[in-house]
Amino acid sequence: MKFERYGLGIAKGLAITFSYLFRRPITVQYPEQRLNTSRRIRGNELVWSREKCTGCATCAKACPIGAIDIVTAPNLVNNRYAVEKYQVDTGYCIQCGLCVEACPFAALFMGYDYERAKYRRNELVQNKEDMMLESGEKHTSGYFYPELAAKLPRQTLLIDRITEDRTTEGK
Amino acid sequence: MTLLNPVFQLESSWKALPPDWPGGFFWHWLVFTVIILAFVLSVVMAFIWLERRGLGRIQARLGPNRVGPFGLLQPVADAVKVLLKEDIVPFDADKIVHWLAPVVAFTPVMMMFAVIPFQNGALLADLNIGILYFVAISSISTVGIFMAGWGSSNKYSLLSAMRDVASVVSYEIPVVLATAGVVLLAGSLSLNQIVLAQNIPFILLQPLGFLLFFIGACAEINRAPFDLLEADSELTAGFHTEYSGMKFALFYLVEYAEALAVSAIIATLFLGGWRGPFLPPWLWFLIKIFAVFFVIFWIRGTVPRVRIDQLMALAWKFLLPLALLNLLITAIEVLIWPGTLPWLLIFVNIAIMIVLVLLWSRFFKLGWGKVEV
Amino acid sequence: MTLKTEPFVLNIGPAHPSTHGVCRLKARLDGEVITDLECVFGYLHRGIEKLAEERTYTGIIPLTDRLDYLAAMSNNLAYCLSVEKLAGITVPERAHYLRVIMAELQRIASHLIAVGAFLNDCGAFMTPILYMLREREKILDLFEMASGQRLTYNYMRIGGVSQDVPEEFLPALTKFVDEMPAHIDEYDRLLAENEILLARAKGVGILPAELAVNISAGGPVLRASGVRWDIRKADPYTIYDRFQFDIPTGTVGDCYDRYRVRVLEMRQSIRILKQALEQIPAGPSRSAVPQLVRPPAGEAYARIEAPKGELGFYLVSDTSIAPYRCHIRAPSLINLTALRDMIVGWKIADAIIIFGSIDICMGEVDR
Repeated sequence: MKFERYGLGIAKGLAITFSYLFRRPITVQYPEQRLNTSRRIRGNELVWSREKCTGCATCAKACPIGAIDIVTAPNLVNNRYAVEKYQVDTGYCIQCGLCVEACPFAALFMGYDYERAKYRRNELVQNKEDMMLESGEKHTSGYFYPELAAKLPRQTLLIDRITEDRTTEGK
Repeated sequence: MTLLNPVFQLESSWKALPPDWPGGFFWHWLVFTVIILAFVLSVVMAFIWLERRGLGRIQARLGPNRVGPFGLLQPVADAVKVLLKEDIVPFDADKIVHWLAPVVAFTPVMMMFAVIPFQNGALLADLNIGILYFVAISSISTVGIFMAGWGSSNKYSLLSAMRDVASVVSYEIPVVLATAGVVLLAGSLSLNQIVLAQNIPFILLQPLGFLLFFIGACAEINRAPFDLLEADSELTAGFHTEYSGMKFALFYLVEYAEALAVSAIIATLFLGGWRGPFLPPWLWFLIKIFAVFFVIFWIRGTVPRVRIDQLMALAWKFLLPLALLNLLITAIEVLIWPGTLPWLLIFVNIAIMIVLVLLWSRFFKLGWGKVEV
Repeated sequence: MTLKTEPFVLNIGPAHPSTHGVCRLKARLDGEVITDLECVFGYLHRGIEKLAEERTYTGIIPLTDRLDYLAAMSNNLAYCLSVEKLAGITVPERAHYLRVIMAELQRIASHLIAVGAFLNDCGAFMTPILYMLREREKILDLFEMASGQRLTYNYMRIGGVSQDVPEEFLPALTKFVDEMPAHIDEYDRLLAENEILLARAKGVGILPAELAVNISAGGPVLRASGVRWDIRKADPYTIYDRFQFDIPTGTVGDCYDRYRVRVLEMRQSIRILKQALEQIPAGPSRSAVPQLVRPPAGEAYARIEAPKGELGFYLVSDTSIAPYRCHIRAPSLINLTALRDMIVGWKIADAIIIFGSIDICMGEVDR
C-alpha cells in the first residue's frame, strides 16, 4: 500500500523557506552602496576624441537608426575635414555600440556613467563640447577596446557573494 | 458543571475570577473596550510590519527599511497614504450598498474580540456561550464582502465575492465541528473556562482537531493558500478592486484583524491561551498569537493557491468527514476513559490523526475539473 | 423548474498582471467555466520586418534583440546563421564555442523566468520567482561582462561574435556551472512535489501530441506532449553535434509536464556548458567580414532551437546592403494557436496557468 501526496511536499517546501530566514539577503541598498558595472558597459552617452576624428562619418553610416549628426567643412590646413557639428541624440540612441566598432580611427567610445537622467528631453542631446574626451571629465568604457577596459575597476559579480560593504572606488 | 464529567480536574489555584472588577460593571466595560480597540489596532500594525519583513527575509531580500528604523513606521506610512487618497465610487455602483459594505465587513471583526481572554477573567464579557458567539459573529463579515462585490458593478468583483460566499459557507461546518471536540474536552463553551481546563495544551490531545481548525480558519480568513479572492495574478484585486481611500483601509484592516482574531482563537483553544510559567500571562498570550501568525504567513510565502472547486472539494470531502470522525472519537474517549493518564491518549490521538490523513490521501485525485463544452 | 443562467464575456484585458505582456483574451464564461476563447494580440507590433528592409545586415542585429527580449542571444544567433548561410561565410572555431556557450546560458536564463512566472501565476506569491531571478542575475552578470548590456546584448556578428570574452569570464562561468545544479535541486525540493501544485497543474490544459505536431508547435510545448523533436539533434547547427546531451520529454502534455521539461532542460544545458568549457580552443573570435555585407542574390532560411521553440529567419537578398525581405518565424505565435483547444472547458484560474505554461513573449508574437 503506497502512500503519496499526504503533505510531505508541502513540508519540504516549508523547510526550505524556513532556512532562508537565516541567510543573509542579497539586496544591495542603492544609493548608499553601488556595484561596479561591467568594464564594457555600453553606457548612456558617447565620448568623442576631437584630435583623432577626421570627419569621415563612418559612425553615422553604421548607426542603425541615424542618431549621429555630423556636419563638416573642408580644412585645407591639414588636409582633413573640420568637424563643425557632431551631435548625438542620446534619447534616440539604443546603445548598440555599432558606431564604436565602425570607427576606423578609434576616435569614438561608449560612456561609462549610467546616472544621467535629465528633466527635459532636449537636454539629452549631446553636442561636441559635451562629448569631448580631451576635456578630461568624461569616463570611457572599455567596450571594444580591451586596453581601456583593463584600467577600469573589476565588475562586482553576484556569484562572488557580494558583501554589503563593497562600494565603488571614487564614486 | 456540565452533563459530562470533564476528563481532567481543575487545579484549585486556578479558579475563574468573577467578572466584576473593582469599580463595577461600567468601568470594566469602558476599560476593556479601550483595551480591545488599542490592542487590535496596534497588533494589526505589528502584523503588517512582521509579514512584510518576514516575507522579505523568506524571499532573500530585505523588507521595507526606509521609513523609520527597520521600517517600523511602514504601517503608519501606509495608513497615512490610504487616508489621503481620493474616494472614488464607480458610476453605476449601487451607492448605499457600496458605502455600507466596509462597515458591515469590519464591525463583526471588532466584536469578535469581546470574548477572548487576555488573562484570567480579563475579558470584555465572560459569556457562557463564548465560542458559539465567535462562530456566529464571524459569518457576518461575509455579508459585507458580498455587498462589496455586488455594489462595485464590476464583473471581476462579483466573481470573487461569489467565490468568497461559497468558500465561507463550506468551511463553517468543519471549523465548528473541530471546536466541538475542544468543547467536549473542556466541558464548557466559555473561552475562559476552556483556557483554565488546559493543563495540557489541547493541541496535544486534539491534533486532528487542530489541523482541521487551522486549515478551515485559513480558508475563512482568505489567506494563502486559499486567497483566491484577492489573487492578484488572476482577478486583479477581487472584491476590493473598486475601493480606494478609507474604505480600502477598512478592508485591509478586516483582513489582518480577522487573521489576528483567528490567531487569538487558535492560541486560546489549542495552545493554552495565557497560561505559561515565569512571564506575565498577557505576554504569553501575545507570544502565542505571534507564533500562530508566523506559521500563517510562512505558509503564505511557500505554497501556491488552490482553485475554487478544489477549495470546495477540500472542505466537503476531506475536512468534513474527518471532523465528524474527530468528534466521534473524542466523544468516545471522554465517555469511556475519564481520568486516564493523558500521555496515552496523546499517543493514541496522534496515531489516529496520522492514519486518517494517510487514508484520506488515497482519495486525492488529480486532473479533474474539465467540463465538456 | 431549471435555473436560467446567461453566459457573459469577460475581457482578461491587455493590461493584466499575468498575461506576460499585452495580450487580450476574450473569454466567454458560464459561471466560472470558459466556453469560448479568442486571443487578440497586436498591441506590441512595431514593424520589425519592415524596418529590417531599411537597415544594413549588421544594423538589423540590434533589432533582433528586441524580438524575444528575454532571450536575445538566441535571436542574434538565428539571424547571424541565416546571413552566413546566405552569404557563405565561415566562422572560426572559438566563435562557434562562444556562440554555443551564450546560447545555452540564455536558455537557462529564459527557462528560469518561464518557470518562475508559471509558479507565480499558480499563486506562490513571488517566492520561487525571486529565487530564480537571483540565479538569472548571475547569468546576466556574465552577459554584462562579455557584451556590456544586460538585456539587449547585440553580441553576435556576421562571422562570429563581436569581441572575445574577457579573461575573468571563463573562471566565473565555471563557478556558476558548478553551483547551479544545487540551486535547481533546491527549486525541486521547494515546489516539485507540492500537493497543491500537483492538483493545479497535473492533467490541466492537455495538448495532445497529434494536435501539437499539426500546428507545428515547437520547443518545450511539443516535447512535453511526448514528441521527441529537438532541432539541436534533428538538424544540428553550429557545433551541437559534438556535445552529448539528452532531450527531456513529457508524457501527457499538461502544464506540469511543460514545467518539468523546462527544469530538466536547464540541467541538460549545464551539461552542454561543462563540455563546451572543456573543449573551447584559443583563436580568433570573428572572421573578417566587410562592414557592409552584400550577399549574393538568393534566399536562405536558418532555424535554431530557441528556448521557446523553433526560431527561424527567412532572408531574401537582392545583392544590396539591406535585405529585400526578412521574415521571422516566431515560435510563440505558432504555439499560441493551440490556446483555444487547451483552455476551453477549464476555469479562469486554469486559463491563467495554461497561458503561463506555454511561455510566450509578446515581443515575438507581435514583432
